Order: sequence, then C-alpha cells, then structure tokens
Amino acid sequence: MDKSKRNQRYEDYVSSVTPKTGTLHSLFNAFWIGGLTCALAQGVGDIYYALFPHLGKDLIVNYTSMTIIAIAILFTGFGFFDVIARKGGAGSFLPITGFANAMASASMEFKTEGLIMGTSVKMFSVVGPVVVNGVVWSAVAGIIHWLIAGGA
Amino acid sequence: MVIKTLRKGQGGELFTNRRIVDKVIAKGQTIVYDNPPHIIGRMSVVGQKEGKGPVGKYFHRVLSDDKMGEKTFENAEIKMLTTAIEGALSSAKLRARDVDLIISGDLLNQVTTSNYVARDLGVPYLGIYAACSTMTEALNLASTMISAGHFDNVLCSTASHFATAERTYRYPLEYGCQRPPYAQWTVTGAACTALSSKGDGPKITMGTIGRVVDFGTTDLNNMGAAMAPAAMDSMVALFRESGMTPSDFDLIITGDLGKLGSDILRDLMQEQGYYLGQRYIDCGNMMYDVNQHCYQGGSGAACSATVFNSYVLDKMIDGTYNRVAYFATGALMSTQSCYQGETIPCISHAVVIER
Repeated sequence: MDKSKRNQRYEDYVSSVTPKTGTLHSLFNAFWIGGLTCALAQGVGDIYYALFPHLGKDLIVNYTSMTIIAIAILFTGFGFFDVIARKGGAGSFLPITGFANAMASASMEFKTEGLIMGTSVKMFSVVGPVVVNGVVWSAVAGIIHWLIAGGA
Repeated sequence: MVIKTLRKGQGGELFTNRRIVDKVIAKGQTIVYDNPPHIIGRMSVVGQKEGKGPVGKYFHRVLSDDKMGEKTFENAEIKMLTTAIEGALSSAKLRARDVDLIISGDLLNQVTTSNYVARDLGVPYLGIYAACSTMTEALNLASTMISAGHFDNVLCSTASHFATAERTYRYPLEYGCQRPPYAQWTVTGAACTALSSKGDGPKITMGTIGRVVDFGTTDLNNMGAAMAPAAMDSMVALFRESGMTPSDFDLIITGDLGKLGSDILRDLMQEQGYYLGQRYIDCGNMMYDVNQHCYQGGSGAACSATVFNSYVLDKMIDGTYNRVAYFATGALMSTQSCYQGETIPCISHAVVIER
C-alpha cells in the first residue's frame, strides 16, 4: 500500500477512536465561569461607582479592569487560575483575565533565567500574538474607517 | 533458558543464543545477546502525583516536594536523576569507580539533565536522546557492549519532569489552557538500571532496534496515536525475527502510549495477526488513577523506566513473570518541526528480559 493511502486510512481510523471534547459540557462551563467573571467585574464597578461617584464612568471602567487583572494575576500566582481555566476554557480565557494570566504565568515561569533574559524576554511568549494582532488589525480597522468616513 | 523451536524458515533448529546470533544480526532488527547482561541494581524515583497512582506503592522513593528543595525544576530533575543513580549503585553494591560507563538521556534540549548529572559522577558517559524510548535504547546499547565484552558494569538511566517538559514542549505551568481529552501527562520521575556481565538478576537476552515510523499524525497532543505504529513495527519485527508469539511472553509492556494509544496498538497488532490480550499492559495507562485527571495517562522518558524498574522487575524477581518484552516508545518531533507543519516521527526499541 502506498504511504499516503496508508496514512489517510490510519488518520480516519484514529479520528474514529479518539475521544472528543463534549461541546455542550464545555459550552455550559464556559458560560457560567465567563458569566461569573463578568458579573464579578460588574459588581466591582458598581461598588466603585457607589464609593467614588465623582470619578466618572470612563475612569471607573479602567479601575474595574485593573482590579480584575490584579485578581487574575493573584490567582495565577497562588496557582489556582489554571485549575479554573481547565474547567472554564473560553469562559476564563476570553475576558481580560485570560490575557493577565498568560502574561503573569510566562513571567513567573521564566524568572529562573533572570529578570532580563528570563522574565523580560519571555513575558510576551504567550500573549505576543494577541498584542501583535491587536495592533495590526486595529490599524487596518482604522484605515478602513478613514477611507469610508474620512478623517473625522 | 531460551529453548524454542524456530519458525518461519529459520531452520527449525533449537533456539539457542549461540546459534541464532549471526543469522539474526545479519537479517533484521533483533539482536540476541551472546552473553546476556544481568540486571543487578535499580532504583525508581517519582513525584508526588505518580506516587498516588495505582503502581505508586512499588516505586522505591516518592518525593514529597517535586522541586526537591531546589531553586529550579531543572535542578530538581538533576537531583532526582542523581538520587536514582546513587540508589541503583547501592542496590547493586557498586561504587561509582566500579562503573565502566553510564548511558543516560532525558527530554530537555541538549539532554541537559543527563550531562549535568554525569559532570558530578566522574564516570565515562554517553548521552543519548530517543525521547520517551530512551530507557530501552540505553539498555540495548549497554547490553551490546557488555555482551561483546567491552564493559562489565554499565548504568542506564533516564529522567523526565512534568514542569521542565511543559516548558520545553508546551506552555508555562500556570498558564490556563484546556487540554483535549486525548492528551497525556508527563511523568515526574527518574530511574536507573545497573547492568553487569556477572550476577544473578534477570537477564536481557534480546533486543530489537526500532525503525523510525511515521503514519502522518500531526496532533502534538495525540502522542498515543502517533507512537502506536512505531510500537507495532518493532513488535512485529521482534515476533517475526525471534519466531516467538505474544503467548511466549508472560508480560508485554509498552512505554507511554496511554489508554487510547494502547487500544490502537491492540487493533494494529490484531490486523498484523497477533492477539495481545491480557498479557499486554501500557506503563502510561497504569501510571495514574482516573480521578487524577491525567486524560489518557502518563508519558515521558521516566514513565516506562520507573514502572519497569519497580513493578515489572519486582514481579520478575518474585517469579510472577519469567519472560517480559519491554517496548518503550518515543516521539521524535521538536516544537519547531511541528510548527513547520511536519508530521511526528516515532520510534520504539525493545528489550526482552528473562529470569
């Protein structure tokens, strides 16, 4: 039998016996963990608004994000963020918590190689693609906006 | 010990070590060791999680701290391997200066762990890389050298650590990511086997050097499926060239195919006309309990090495098993090769151990 045919046959066989991730189960977990994160953030925002109403909505939103990031980094440091993420999947990955965890975990991991060659160099090893694509695609979006709506 | 009628056109004469040697070496992948080396000492060290698994009570030492009081996990791996080597030496009643050679390998870049361990041992050293099949590659190399009369006492060792392997092959430890249900978990552990030309322990009578087999699997998480064809290739070679069948062995073990991979191997062997049945076990499959959330089971160089040096050899010495075939399986990709779209080449080396 020629090789590509054999490999194709094996691949078909393997995919028929390999267990799949349960979609419904994962969706449910992502929904409640992601939802809980967002509800928590909303709660924090409301408390800030009640305590410091003079700050204005924009600043309150920034402070709320910072708080949630700090919590996510603390959780990463204490070693239970990955436990939550294993269950939550996209629910813990998509909110700003996922980004914070990715940066914090990389900087912790590579601390052993020193602050410069370790932490500083490797800090963006996981989030690099997010940063790069974030910048590139927002620039593209900006150009499209400029072409359609003009300089306004 | 080995008396067995040859099959498949190998003359039908009695299977003795002396007579088969020249034929088999010339013909295939299987070597029959002329002067089979004895296993005179061994030691297995595992991490906490492995100690809680189904075979946990057989390991010689279970660590309470996976960092072993060291600053880095890399240093912990070095210390773990050193502990295993020292333990094997003392169980073989040897001193470091009695050792002619140490063959060691691990999963880190440039086999760092083994190199640093060898630095402190002051013993002639060969560093090898065969991913998770390191142990059987080392045992085969050592057996060849001892059988040929070049060396008397050779140590074979390997180590892997979950934390260092994650960093080398995957993501930071605390990074929150989901693994697919067919993933495996790298075993934290180290093991060392002391082989000698003299002694009365179990003997390594045969070895099969594997070929690199690639059935086109690309999924880095599905190691079991990638490695199963390599195990099949070496198994078929051993059975065909030695004229034995699975029922001639009391136990057939594979390295770290995991639950899925070992099921696939059973199917592949069935297709080749060999029924493995109850006598076949996979070290990765028996390393962890279902409740330990390790998906398909253990993997890593230490996975089969620790089980072999504890459970399997214990059971051979107490007489439960007389003839065991040990196939360690390894995936030979790198992170670069996979991101470049390459498939995963795999290998499996085997040794046959007799009491």
